[in-house]
Amino acid sequence: MNLIRASALTRRFGDNTAVDSVDISVEPAEIYGFLGPNGAGKSTMVRMLCTLLQPTSGTATIDGLDILKNPGPVRLKIGVALQDASLDPKMTGRELVTTQGRLFGLRPGEIRRRIEELAPLLDMTAFDDLVGTYSGGMRRRLDLAASLVHNPTVLFLDEPTTGLDPPGRLLVWEEIRRLNRELGMTVFLTTQYLDEADELADRVGIIDHGRIVAEGPPSELKRSVGNDVVVIRTNGRRDEVEAALTELDVVDRVDSFDHEIRAVTGNGARALSPIAVALDQAGIAVSELALRTPTLDDVFLEVTGSHLESEEP
Amino acid sequence: MSAPISARPAGFFRDVQSVAIRALKQLPRDLEFVIPALAVPTFFLIVNIGALQDVANFTSIEIDYKAFQLPVGIVFAVTGISRASALVLDIQDGYFDRLLLTPVSRRALLIGLMVSDFTLVLGLTIPVTALGFAMGVRFPTGPLGVLMFMFMGAAWGVAFTGFPYAIALRTGNPSAVNASFILFFPFAFMTTTFLPLESMTGWLGEVARYNPVTYLLAGLRSLFVGWEAGELVKGMAAILGVAIVSQALAFSALRGRVRQK
Ligand SMILES: Nc1ncnc2c1ncn2[C@@H]1O[C@H](COP(=O)(O)OP(=O)(O)OP(=O)(O)O)[C@@H](O)[C@H]1O
Ligand SMILES: [Mg+2]
Repeated sequence: MNLIRASALTRRFGDNTAVDSVDISVEPAEIYGFLGPNGAGKSTMVRMLCTLLQPTSGTATIDGLDILKNPGPVRLKIGVALQDASLDPKMTGRELVTTQGRLFGLRPGEIRRRIEELAPLLDMTAFDDLVGTYSGGMRRRLDLAASLVHNPTVLFLDEPTTGLDPPGRLLVWEEIRRLNRELGMTVFLTTQYLDEADELADRVGIIDHGRIVAEGPPSELKRSVGNDVVVIRTNGRRDEVEAALTELDVVDRVDSFDHEIRAVTGNGARALSPIAVALDQAGIAVSELALRTPTLDDVFLEVTGSHLESEEP
Repeated sequence: MSAPISARPAGFFRDVQSVAIRALKQLPRDLEFVIPALAVPTFFLIVNIGALQDVANFTSIEIDYKAFQLPVGIVFAVTGISRASALVLDIQDGYFDRLLLTPVSRRALLIGLMVSDFTLVLGLTIPVTALGFAMGVRFPTGPLGVLMFMFMGAAWGVAFTGFPYAIALRTGNPSAVNASFILFFPFAFMTTTFLPLESMTGWLGEVARYNPVTYLLAGLRSLFVGWEAGELVKGMAAILGVAIVSQALAFSALRGRVRQK
């Protein structure tokens, strides 16, 4: 059975359709990454699945429980870290986690045990300090720990590493992998970072303007673009470059964006020198010529015609 | 290894307890809300008595003017005290969402706060009553009368909390909650704060007759005369009436806020 299942899930805010008839199904112990730019509808999707926000239409179930008909039992199954760490600055970390445990019905002994188990994620030296004194990264990690107190079956993470420094990101990635590997926890995470979706997710759904525009394991998605991408930077005219490249047999497709032109090819090593020669013969000055494998950004570019605007850390 | 820990509903009373414990622990961290609650009534008590004691001799007040003013001090100390300003910050910080993501009973989110409110306002009646004693006010109704005095004051405080809670939950706006103290003015001044009802004439007397605080004050003041069941029942009825109206507003606002809009 699917642990998370949404059918034609839709949410409108006035005339704005934030989530537009989205279908997804997530298997047990899967890490599903919801990748999309600002305003794509990621948070709206999470808030609906977590029972915080009512869908305009469509349905969804968590572990077979309908989010609208059985919100209470759904809440027992899920752990949620919303986009902006939802913490009270006037509580200490310990008070916050303890309150969370109590509200999930845990006994004092159980809460103590969970705090010990969650210690690697927490900054124990600051655990009895007010959350208001925490750094952004400490807050995010406390928020994650608070979402885990009751050992949820499904974990929802809305942009779990936005605002973290590189070591903080790695720590959170490691924890997500560990929860998934050791406890078989199912994870639904949203991100605007390509590498995060690529690294963590077993399957990625790319969302743009409320619609899923591509879905699959990252490797498959990238392979769907082509095997290799040759990136050309030039100040020359784009149409001239495109014309010169399209003639080549080794080039499957040419996309361009600003000063960057990308030639998708089945074999990058073989295509590189014909491309260089063709550009030279056309008299185009090239400032950079690079070969790389496709990224999820190439996938996004292909299906939406624009870049995934992400502020890479 | 013992069995894996997993979630279950904690039950209504434990939910109320959890919410109340959290709120009570916050109190010492929110002293900026508590200190004015004591400074204002102390100030009024001293000024009112100082300014009006002699005038009062010409009225029909049958008790000492200090005793006449002490219930006003209590009402000023407890009215408007609530966790509404903390609640509205929870809504802003997203902590309220975190609470809604737990299986907690939604009503417990408000009732737990009121348990904490009741504890605090009961606590506030102690220094105000003590100040009265220091000024020479005595209760002919004895220790039970003192307890009744404090209990009625605290019950009034909690009855009134529904207004600020309703504003907090409806608007989610801290400025709106801060402005809610204005509600207190008609209740507190269009009544027998300075003079007994018999001495109030014209429209003000008419308004005072419909103001529940008039009957609350009468009930509290009766405790300086003796056990007068009629006055106490009217005082309690006034508290209950305000509680029903204000809490109906608060719980309907709560339903609106958690309706997964
Ligand atoms: N409460 C709301 N009221 C009105 N419009 C909203 C509300 N919440 C979201 N929206 C709109 O819905 C759309 C999707 O927003 P959402 O927050 O789901 O995007 P997102 O993918 O999470 O973006 P980000 O990466 O910036 O967090 C946006 O156009 C946003 O303006
Ligand atoms: Mg978002």
